[in-house]
Amino acid sequence: MIGDSMIHFDRVSKRYSGGFEALSEVSFSLRRGEMAFLTGHSGAGKSTLLKLIMLMERPNQGRIYIGGQNLEKFPRRQIPYFRRHVGVVFQNHHLLFDRTVFQNVALPLEIAGVSSREIGRRVRASLDKVGLLKKENSLPITLSGGEQQRVGIARAVVNKPPLLLADEPTGNLDPELSAEIMRLFQQFNQVGVTVLIASHDLALISHMKHRVMRLDHGQLVAGRG
Amino acid sequence: MKENIPRGASPSRSGRKQPPPPPAEAPPRQGASAGLEQSGLEAYFSHHRLIARDSLMRLIRSPLSSLMTWLVIAVALALPCGLFVMLGNLGGLTEGLEGASRVSLYMKLDVDDQAAYQLAQKLKERPEVQSMQFINRTQALEEFKSLSGWGDVLAYLDDNPLPAVIVLQPAPEYGQAEKVQAFTETLSKLPEVDNVQLDLQWVKRLNALFEVLGRSTLAIGALLGLAVILIIGNTIRLAIENRKDEILVVKLVGGTDPFVRRPFLYTGFWYGVGGALLAWLLVNMALLWLSGPVNQLAALYYSSFNLSGLSIEASSLLLLTGSFLGCGGAWLAVRRHLDDIEPK
Repeated sequence: MIGDSMIHFDRVSKRYSGGFEALSEVSFSLRRGEMAFLTGHSGAGKSTLLKLIMLMERPNQGRIYIGGQNLEKFPRRQIPYFRRHVGVVFQNHHLLFDRTVFQNVALPLEIAGVSSREIGRRVRASLDKVGLLKKENSLPITLSGGEQQRVGIARAVVNKPPLLLADEPTGNLDPELSAEIMRLFQQFNQVGVTVLIASHDLALISHMKHRVMRLDHGQLVAGRG
Repeated sequence: MKENIPRGASPSRSGRKQPPPPPAEAPPRQGASAGLEQSGLEAYFSHHRLIARDSLMRLIRSPLSSLMTWLVIAVALALPCGLFVMLGNLGGLTEGLEGASRVSLYMKLDVDDQAAYQLAQKLKERPEVQSMQFINRTQALEEFKSLSGWGDVLAYLDDNPLPAVIVLQPAPEYGQAEKVQAFTETLSKLPEVDNVQLDLQWVKRLNALFEVLGRSTLAIGALLGLAVILIIGNTIRLAIENRKDEILVVKLVGGTDPFVRRPFLYTGFWYGVGGALLAWLLVNMALLWLSGPVNQLAALYYSSFNLSGLSIEASSLLLLTGSFLGCGGAWLAVRRHLDDIEPK
């Protein structure tokens, strides 16, 4: 079961230092190549759950397996290498505004030590996929919100990660742009990438035929799978 | 589903590092990016080049604040460097002076002029002696009369109370204080000799003074070196603060600690190198400014003394010190502040 799943949570709890319990005894499994939504009111623990997968936080209890690997056993020094295999899209996209679109997308490859020729090829392939090939020399500040988010997606997938996470990727976008972004995620899922999207945009999610997991006050109340 | 995973978690190809355990057990695609492996090291060095250039360009893009930092570092480096150059010059000056020490041998009163002269001739042959001057008793008396103004008093004495004197000038290779001292010891054991006077005290004093000056310069140098480290550390701390967002993103997409540190270490390096270059300029300008009056002064003493500037070795040492202090300061700041920035 653990071996088949991309993400496997086994009774995971996370308490912050103030005593606030963000997640309590959450268990679920996401198969390789599956796409799922994570939903719930704000403060329900969506972001915490994603942070645990990214090793930005460590759980107080329980075990997390990503790709069959127990995250507990990950030493701090190895975390960067782990993160190179997980693409993340943020609500505020975390773009660097003093760099061009190309340089923003190239960052994960630079970090991984990819040669500059290969970087050029892969960045353009990635920008092409999100439809921004023509904007490679623009600065992010000159782009619209939807375009900025697509740059963030291009950066998340440029490494060809087997797992793609997104935290409210459509939070600041109008419904039309949101649907477009979601279709983009679906396209990546169709070529085999496991996708987990945290979103409270229930209207949008319900249109898509994917599993929906719902968190309520730190507890997984639906879509355990 | 496994077959569908497009590019499995092929482990990182950064060449120099052990490939980390891939989080996903997806099979590495056959032949996937085989070319990358070879270019891993190349990419590593080209990234170093890139970062080195980029961090220098960042400094140049804000010329005023960079120049201020460079100047502060330059002043801190130029001060001890200039002091060392001065000390070196003075040391060269006194090497010539040490040879000027003289040894005067006063004969016993019962040794007559002839015996004294024979001894003088014998001593002249010794390798320690460069030149000799013999003053017999009559000459000594004449000299005393003319120089002291007590000549009238001497007329009342029956005998000449003054001994013959041999004045020796040590050869330059025996000019150092300890060697002259040893030579003096042997001379004082000669049976004809009553007393040996070594005109060396001032040389000793001068050497002691140099020792004090040398150590003070070292202490000042160490303190100012520490100041340079702190200045650079503080500047780097601000740079880290300014690029906090970037550090966060880099860490989120898998940047290792060395990767995150690299631009800041290079920034520190450039601060140090730039400061050292400016310090070199300052010291040479000061020397140029001093050389006119110094040559005039030397000419008045009929000396061919010339102010010597920074040698190639000293210049490289200055540059090396600058870059070392720069990297050191940056390293301290990075160590202290970078680990605090963790994605939350």
